[in-house]
Amino acid sequence: MPFSQTEIALKSVNLGSIQQIPPGEGREFAVDGELIAIFHSRNGKTYATQALCPHRQAPLADGLLGGATLQCPYHAWKFDLETGRKLGDDACELDTYAVNLTAAGEIILTL
Amino acid sequence: MIHYHPSVTVSDNIPPKTTPSGKSRLLVIGNGMAGARTVEEILLRGGADQFDITMFGDEPYGNYNRILLSNVLNGSQRADEIFLNPLSWYTENDVTLYAGVRVKSIDRAAKTVLTTNGETYPYDKLIIATGSRPFVPPMEGVNDENGGLKPGVFVFRTIEDCNKIAGHAVKSRRAAVIGGGLLGLEAAKGLLNYGAEVHVIHLANHLMENQLDSTAGLILRSTMERMGVKVHLGKSTAAVLGEGHVTGLRFKDGETLDCDMVVVSAGIRPNAEIGKEAGLTTERAIVVDDQMRSVDDPDIYVVGECAQHRGKVYGLVAPLWEQGITLADHLTKRKETAIYHGSKIATKLKVMGVELASMGITEPQEADDEVVVFSEPKRGIYKKMIIRGDTLVGATLLGDISKASYLMQAFDRGTPLPDERASLLFDLGTATVAGTMLEMPNETQICNCNGVSKGAIKDCVLGGKKSLKAVMDATRAGTGCGSCKSLVKEVVEWACDGEVEEDPSIHYYVPGVPLQKHVLIAAIQSQNLRSVSSVFEALANGVEEVGSKMGLASLLKTIWGAEYEDERDSRYINDRVHANIQKDRTFSVVPRIFGGVTTADDLIKIGEVAKKYDVPMVKFTGGQRIDLLGVKKEDLPGMWKDLGMPSGHAYAKSFRTCKTCVGTDFCRYGLGDSTSLGIAIEKRFQGLETPGKIKMATAGCPRNCSEAMVKDLGAVAIEGGKWELYVGGGAGAHIRKGDLFCTLGSHEEVIHMMGRFMQYYRENAKYLERTYSFVPRIGLEKLRQILLEDSEGICDRLDTEMQASVDAYVDPWLEAETPATANQFTTLVGAGGAI
Ligand code: SRM
Ligand SMILES: Cc1cc2nc3c(=O)[nH]c(=O)nc-3n(C[C@H](O)[C@H](O)[C@H](O)COP(=O)(O)OP(=O)(O)OC[C@H]3O[C@@H](n4cnc5c(N)ncnc54)[C@H](O)[C@@H]3O)c2cc1C
Ligand code: SF4
Ligand code: FES
Repeated sequence: MPFSQTEIALKSVNLGSIQQIPPGEGREFAVDGELIAIFHSRNGKTYATQALCPHRQAPLADGLLGGATLQCPYHAWKFDLETGRKLGDDACELDTYAVNLTAAGEIILTL
Repeated sequence: MIHYHPSVTVSDNIPPKTTPSGKSRLLVIGNGMAGARTVEEILLRGGADQFDITMFGDEPYGNYNRILLSNVLNGSQRADEIFLNPLSWYTENDVTLYAGVRVKSIDRAAKTVLTTNGETYPYDKLIIATGSRPFVPPMEGVNDENGGLKPGVFVFRTIEDCNKIAGHAVKSRRAAVIGGGLLGLEAAKGLLNYGAEVHVIHLANHLMENQLDSTAGLILRSTMERMGVKVHLGKSTAAVLGEGHVTGLRFKDGETLDCDMVVVSAGIRPNAEIGKEAGLTTERAIVVDDQMRSVDDPDIYVVGECAQHRGKVYGLVAPLWEQGITLADHLTKRKETAIYHGSKIATKLKVMGVELASMGITEPQEADDEVVVFSEPKRGIYKKMIIRGDTLVGATLLGDISKASYLMQAFDRGTPLPDERASLLFDLGTATVAGTMLEMPNETQICNCNGVSKGAIKDCVLGGKKSLKAVMDATRAGTGCGSCKSLVKEVVEWACDGEVEEDPSIHYYVPGVPLQKHVLIAAIQSQNLRSVSSVFEALANGVEEVGSKMGLASLLKTIWGAEYEDERDSRYINDRVHANIQKDRTFSVVPRIFGGVTTADDLIKIGEVAKKYDVPMVKFTGGQRIDLLGVKKEDLPGMWKDLGMPSGHAYAKSFRTCKTCVGTDFCRYGLGDSTSLGIAIEKRFQGLETPGKIKMATAGCPRNCSEAMVKDLGAVAIEGGKWELYVGGGAGAHIRKGDLFCTLGSHEEVIHMMGRFMQYYRENAKYLERTYSFVPRIGLEKLRQILLEDSEGICDRLDTEMQASVDAYVDPWLEAETPATANQFTTLVGAGGAI
């Protein structure tokens, strides 16, 4: 999705360089007091979700990432980061947020 | 509505066909285990909307669990504790109960029943569930002048019987029980508790001849005699002696036995007369079709001990449940095609405090029937199986019924038995099923880690998931500690009814790369793939599968050693930060303490560090070292630096610890220096990646204080300066005693052979496969040939590869100085504000 000037005007934040997150991993950020997990997938995309697992509040940023699938570090629930949905269970969903990289590799999160 | 002995309100004229409610009238004669259960099944199927239900019960209360009368007699339960349907149940369910009212006859033409107090009740549908009554064989003097039983003579069928027996037993000095079947023995056991001397008189030449073969009968007899019951076999009672009251018994052979009470337990007779007199076909009991309907009258159903189905009359409860279900399905039209196929009789019984399970035949019947027997008469244990082809056709377990559930299930479903017959009779590994699949309630929790019930697994299968893996993925059952996996498999097989699909990926090393381990290794080597991402690129169409990353990382490290191209995102969080993640997102720190031997200085240092970082818990582990729990991610590097000790790898799939005992240093029994051997082992193999965890121990003598015989690898010192090497043991989620692999002459030999074994394990085990599975899978003999006799000519190579891996070891805690990735130990990277 191209990065649009109007969208960021209200509620976008620059979280700094993507180099803060090693490829294939996630890291946790605080935005206006709210915790957000940002993932830097080897598929070239960046994803953002709520920071804690809806199951037992594991830090999702410490999970394992494969493409757009995230596996929680505690009990291995898997989530599709594109939709936030838990695999095999439509009822359970993570909050997801739009996130883009600038040409300079800066992470822009839209809340 | 409950009625006791209604005195008036007799209707002369037969009421109209339907009730005011417009529903049909369903009458049930008999309010026992079959009658009441069948009504429950009918209600479950919405029967209350179709029928006005009325029940007649000869006994003046609601339905109770007749099986538990034995407990009532022996005093372990009170009569009011065994009710299944208390009176309130009838009211709540709108069932009219006439308790204490006996039905005398059925008028099929008028479609009415007549009670003994002269009242008539119309029906549209009728269920006969009158059960059976005790059979009293003809014996001189058994009756009093009125035709009742002589005072002092009792039968054992109802609560009332129980009360009478108990009332008499308290003043009895010697009691005789006629009949050495299940019920007779239970009565005898009950009587023992009243302090009387108890004799069992049995006609056949061994006890419980219907359920046991003669050997088992003999063992049971001695078990009973040890408990104080005197057993007389092959004895036929001719007369009950005594004027006005029992004083003894006389047998056909002329011998006599003095006694002041007699309990007759010589079998049962179905209460079928009521059907016979109404003109229904009655042989041993009332004959029914496959819907449990009388063969003569489509409006009359028969269920329970008074029914004869396909020539069989059952005297146990399990068949009654199945009959009731078919009847209810048919009657309510929920499933008019329902068929009762007859039941296979498998029972678990508690006689005389003796555990007993029996099913099917007791002796081989066909030439090829295979008989497997284990007998240990002294401890009262006897186990016998009769196997035809690959299925179980009969089994007896006496004295130890721990394997009963599995066998009952195999018997019931005719599932093929495993080749290793011994595993059917003994627990060789971890405990299994707690009841047959059929018996097991849906709520039973199968996976204790993820709280998945039998019902949830069943639903998942019914929803279309027909392979073990698909069910595990969907429900998470079996994906916790893994100890329930075999049970999950059993449930899946049961629910699939034999149509289990095998998921091909179970043969792959990791699910995301469709290759078995040896093919995968060959591909990795030939294509020179040194990183996880390159493997996905080359061998999995570039699809990075999350569940495959850790397994691939472990394998690549084993193959390439120092030349492995490490991508940190392929590691589990524990292996990225070299500590074990905890439930509150803190971590635990376990420094290596070689062989469990430490020093005062090191202990002081650990204490100081714990204080400095405010560690919430300091704990000795089961691996003979110290765990600092509850450490923040940020504090990890600082703590390691302060400790100045190497990592204990308590978080990794790798060599863990080598526990030791004090051995020759201090122990008066020590035969070999287990302590220094353990330290040397741990120094050499620390941090070594393995497919599953490797835990070791060394023991200074076969007393085995360090539990070396239940470790993945264990060395036990024996006389003569030698060491026994055990492999494939474990005592965690799965318990297996290690196999004695070989006997070696020195510390060096032990360490060398352990290394060779581990390298072979690293190359050939599946990911996460512990040695307790790996060793039996490959086979001990084969492992000996390969690793001791070098049958494949690979020993030198294995030794060299192991040396290379040992040389490649770097303590991960050195990353305290130079982190490997950005923000490796940061919990919260940064905070941002709106732009
Ligand atoms: C700390 C310790 C318990 C303690 O307080 O004593 C421990 C703690 C854990 N054990 Fe253990 N085990 C500990 C000794 C054992 C032992 C005893 C031993 O090593 O002699 C066993 C049985 C021996 C065996 O494995 O054969 C043991 C059998 C297990 C198992 C079952 C493995 C199996 O396949 O049978 C697991 C689960 C697993 O591996 O999947 C497990 C898993 C775990 C994990 C790592 C669970 C996890 O993944 O988070 C626990 C980490 C707790 C935490 O939050 O830090 N732990 N665990 C012990 C550390 C020993 C050490 O110093 O390294
Ligand atoms: C002490 C004891 C221990 C047992 N242990 C076991 C065991 O461990 N395992 C096992 O599987 N089985 C056991 N059984 C057998 C089991 O209890 C019976 O198989 C079961 O109760 C049969 O159920 P039913 O409904 O056919 O008969 P019942 O339970 O006898 O019910 C029939 C009812 O109908 C009533 N009735 C009869 N005629 C009329 C009439 N004309 N009008 C009105 N009411 C009438 C009777 O009073 C009775 O209440 C045991 C039985 C006893 C006595
Ligand atoms: S430490 Fe081991 S036994 Fe205790 S809860 Fe954790 S995994 Fe289970
Ligand atoms: S906390 Fe995420 S799966 Fe349990």
